[in-house]
Amino acid sequence: MDYFLTEEQQMIKELAARIADEKVAPVARELDEKEEFPYEIMKILAESDLFGVYIPEEYGGLGGGITEQCLVIEELSRACSGVAVSYAASGLGCTPILLFGTEEQKQKYVPDIAAGKKLAAFALTEANAGSDASGIQTMAVKDGDYYILNGTKQWITNGGEADVYVVLAVTNRSKGNRGFSAFIVEKDTPGLSFGKKEKKLGIRASATREVIFTDCRIPKENILAKEGMGFIVAMKNFDRTRPGIGAQAVGIAQGALDYAASYAHQRYQFGQPISSFQAIQHMLADMATQTEAARALVYATARMIDAGAKDFSKESSMAKVFASDVAMKVTTDAVQILGGYGYMRDYPVEKMMRDAKITQIYEGTNQIQRNIIALELIKQYAGKK
Amino acid sequence: MNIIVCIKQVPATNDVKINKDTNTLVRDEAQSVINPFDTYAVEEGVRLKEATGGKVTVISMGIPKVADILKECIAVGADEGILLSDRAFAGADTLATSAALAAGINKIGQYDIIICGKQAIDGDTGQVGPGLAERLGIPHITCIRKIEEIKEGYIRAQRMTDFGYEVIECSLPAVITVVKEINEPRLPSIKGMMKAKKAVIPVWTADDIGADKDKIGLRGSPTKVIKTFTPEININTEIIDGTPEEQAHKLVEKLLQLQIKVPV
Repeated sequence: MDYFLTEEQQMIKELAARIADEKVAPVARELDEKEEFPYEIMKILAESDLFGVYIPEEYGGLGGGITEQCLVIEELSRACSGVAVSYAASGLGCTPILLFGTEEQKQKYVPDIAAGKKLAAFALTEANAGSDASGIQTMAVKDGDYYILNGTKQWITNGGEADVYVVLAVTNRSKGNRGFSAFIVEKDTPGLSFGKKEKKLGIRASATREVIFTDCRIPKENILAKEGMGFIVAMKNFDRTRPGIGAQAVGIAQGALDYAASYAHQRYQFGQPISSFQAIQHMLADMATQTEAARALVYATARMIDAGAKDFSKESSMAKVFASDVAMKVTTDAVQILGGYGYMRDYPVEKMMRDAKITQIYEGTNQIQRNIIALELIKQYAGKK
Repeated sequence: MNIIVCIKQVPATNDVKINKDTNTLVRDEAQSVINPFDTYAVEEGVRLKEATGGKVTVISMGIPKVADILKECIAVGADEGILLSDRAFAGADTLATSAALAAGINKIGQYDIIICGKQAIDGDTGQVGPGLAERLGIPHITCIRKIEEIKEGYIRAQRMTDFGYEVIECSLPAVITVVKEINEPRLPSIKGMMKAKKAVIPVWTADDIGADKDKIGLRGSPTKVIKTFTPEININTEIIDGTPEEQAHKLVEKLLQLQIKVPV
């Protein structure tokens, strides 16, 4: 389907696709097996300017938006979702600085992130704070010109690899959701350390680690927005980044569809290619339709955000929930089409199926997304909007 | 450092046709790409610029479509491209090509080093680089796999041979041709691609560069292609079976039968 991308968007998509095909696809299996962080590919993405596609030109970016970011994530995901999420998570860490940072903070941190010289990460999740972000235990206590952070974040994508962390911590427990604050923490800050690297079902090229704060002193000017704004920072950040997870899911689904469709054409059973059987044809038709529908919803949402819409929590959740459910279904069907071969690691679709699962879980589980959508619907139909 | 890189467009290897009348490649219909060896030359030029400052100018002789390939070079870091294009250049062999390129380079003027790929994958002659140096009256080194040191007026580089490599010192300006071991060409950047999109490639004709018309194009080309053909290869393959020991015995017997003498 033609989405009438601008010439520049087309250029970004083509370059990302070229990197995915030439540089990512040949090593995707190995990265997955060895659970190796894709340093070399991150360097290529940096040199190609792709880390800056969504960042304004005054901070060293290319001046695009969520749409451009989604195009890159989608293309990379087609080849390896673990690589794509390492790229995307830097955006998840940078977006709060772009949204809420002071001019000084933006000048200090964003240009290096745009150039890919530094990776960023966003640290919210803890052992007891997942879907319920208010369960955060990490504390930030003010001490003169500093905040002292103590606590442990878990499952932080790009943990240990990123140079810049945006961290959510409690500044005033009694204030509930208004008692959180967001801080920018640099990697070499004394008191910041990293725990074990997780062993995961999928996206195994990406680094997922604990981020540990032990009397970690952060200059007070590193607070994002104001004290008490942390929850808002997190929610507004996710509103803008959920379409990226949708794009990741679309890329995974497309990769699986591409492989399954070409396999079905080459695989002979009963004396003919299995693509000649209606059972397979209908599966492929559904996979293609669902993938295209997911893409259309992701792009429409990204464009709505880029056009300056004020309120897009619902659409952003819809894009994420729909695309990730599609990715799970399409990859499962791709494995089915390949049959026993699909189940083997010699073929790429089992990895895609493993990779797809996370898109239904992170950046808000699909159940939480449905809560958000329903809440917006209730507001809308209760006449409050 | 002013760096000039010479590139050639070649047919994509999956789509090659031969003109039956002239016995040369049909270049108009085939999908064209930059000669793969030239991508290493462009990359080395860009790396030299990044290390020493200066400018990379990419030059090519060919049909107007070659401007697109020169733009691709800008997308990977070259500063500008120049296209020599004129009916008078058509039908050139390596001698005439080097004459045209030399005239174009003389028009550019200032340069410290000229970099070419070691050969083009279509003609495979490897003659244009050295020929160009001859025409310009400067030294050349072929098949460079590594530049060890380069500074004003001086280069020391490793020249690949069949048996290893030679270290060669040379004064600059000079022409060097490079092999694929020298670097790994980068992919374009978005900023580079945008710059390339906006770039205007100047087209210089034979008159523009003051080329001697008897030395360029078909008129300047003593090479005549009489015939092109795929050599017939007759190889009879015989698979020897048995255990490795039995196979070895049978093989030795066969070789003795064939009276192949092994020097002692």
